[in-house]
Amino acid sequence: MDELRYIAASLVGAGVDRDSLDEALKSDPHFIACDAGTTDAGPFSLGSGRPAFPREAVKSDLALLLETGRRAGVPVLIGSAGTAGSDAQVDWTLGIAEEITKEAGVKLRTAVIHAEQDKDYLIEMLRQDRIKPLEAAPAVDEDTIRRSTRIVGMMGAEPLQMALAEDVDFVLAGRCSDTALYAALPIMRDFPAGLAWHAAKVVECGTMACESVGRGVMFVRLRHDDFLVRPFGKGLRCTPQSIAAHSLYENVDPFHFTESSGTVDISGARYEPVDAVTVRVTDSAFRPAETYSVKLEGAELVGYQTIIVGGIRDPFVIRQLDHWLLDVRGHIEQFINKFLGDRISKDDYDIRFHVYGRDAVMGSLEPDRAELPKEVGIVFEATASTQQLATTIAELSRQPLLHTPIAEWSGSTTSFACLHNPAHIERGAVYRFNLNHVVLPRSPQEMFRTRLVEIG
Amino acid sequence: MRLADLATLIRSKNAGPFFLTFDIMFSDEKPYRLVTESRLLSEQVFAELYKCPASSVRVFECESALAIKFSIPRPIPQGDLGDGDLHGGQQFAPLMAIEIPVPEGQNIHPGR
Repeated sequence: MDELRYIAASLVGAGVDRDSLDEALKSDPHFIACDAGTTDAGPFSLGSGRPAFPREAVKSDLALLLETGRRAGVPVLIGSAGTAGSDAQVDWTLGIAEEITKEAGVKLRTAVIHAEQDKDYLIEMLRQDRIKPLEAAPAVDEDTIRRSTRIVGMMGAEPLQMALAEDVDFVLAGRCSDTALYAALPIMRDFPAGLAWHAAKVVECGTMACESVGRGVMFVRLRHDDFLVRPFGKGLRCTPQSIAAHSLYENVDPFHFTESSGTVDISGARYEPVDAVTVRVTDSAFRPAETYSVKLEGAELVGYQTIIVGGIRDPFVIRQLDHWLLDVRGHIEQFINKFLGDRISKDDYDIRFHVYGRDAVMGSLEPDRAELPKEVGIVFEATASTQQLATTIAELSRQPLLHTPIAEWSGSTTSFACLHNPAHIERGAVYRFNLNHVVLPRSPQEMFRTRLVEIG
Repeated sequence: MRLADLATLIRSKNAGPFFLTFDIMFSDEKPYRLVTESRLLSEQVFAELYKCPASSVRVFECESALAIKFSIPRPIPQGDLGDGDLHGGQQFAPLMAIEIPVPEGQNIHPGR
């Protein structure tokens, strides 16, 4: 095989463009792949198991991709199903795919790959010293694993290749390296790993590697000594600079990318224009890892949250805001102690203020905290072990927020402008990411479970 | 000249939940060279601006992209209590005012 061609259709649920997909299909791709997940949505999706995109949008995109794949007679690969790629989200996406195929009256041979991790397995791996921290990783022990609501392993190319070897129409994968989704088949067909991974890296965010912003899909022609990449979509074009620049996006290191099976090194890669929209890339390298590793993503429940949104316009309060907020906090704590003191201690809840107009956006990184704004927006957050407790704390906080006095005014004041009635909003469960680690499994497949089914 | 006037794009973003990464991008070689050769965008400068140890800052010069990039650990992991920027997209603003001296007689056009 001299050339392998594929379509990368950015993100399931974000609106795959039908016209661009149809146009790209004329170039005769060997497969179509589309990522469906990200950690960029935050820990909530992994913690709660809920997708970050609405069902209607996912169904529409998935229907379009499956229909296009069927028309071309090529496999469709979807990775990190349902945003975090947990089992519930894979099954949710599978349910949508079943609905689509039934409605269309077609049948698809499907490989479903689950990526959620068994806690006992991970604890065993931890005991065997087979879980290693990555840079800036939080501390991990057996309790971290036990209290996680969900942990997924990010699959590399190998589980996908095993599924593709079964000659399926549709691969539906749980949490998956974005790049592995596009590199799996090329590597299986003996294309150079450096080029295969680099091309995958370029197209993993779809048309974001283009010079201009717009709707479309990416198309790769992978050969044995180079690859060509171009967009299909109105007004879109790739330039050598835009392709080189895409390796910066959301990566710590723009030249080296760690995959399960090794490191992609594009520090020596060269980019040249082919035509107005196409770029040729050469000299990408891949160094196989000594030990195969699988990255973990875990989320745990922080608590339940209730917030109050409001603002302050009084310049006397604004000029002593830190002091005033300290007073407010003191009054809130007195109330909590008075009414809930027999039930809870200070460790059972967390209250904090985000001060918009001053440093809410940058927090501790804000270099210019001293300049006084005309008005400030305040988001008060109460986080506690139950929703009811968080709301009770928020309710107890309203009076201190409204009426904590300042020395400049005599008589009673109302210093906080509530945006809503009731003033508080229940936010539900709040999660945090609690792992930045890799597992060193005994085999590339042992952490992933593949099931072959016919849907429709 | 301010960095904001030399660059075509200055942006920040999460690089995974535990890192922030910053990209300073140029439209052509002249401002890119001016900025890289000024040696003003160093680990130390970024460490001071973003209140972290210089040893935790990683700086990259990406010639083929005409871009300078640096990455730092997040002060608070993405989405954890106290984090005010879930996607890390608004952390670049302090970079805009970095003053880059333009040698006399050199004609540099603003990036934007």
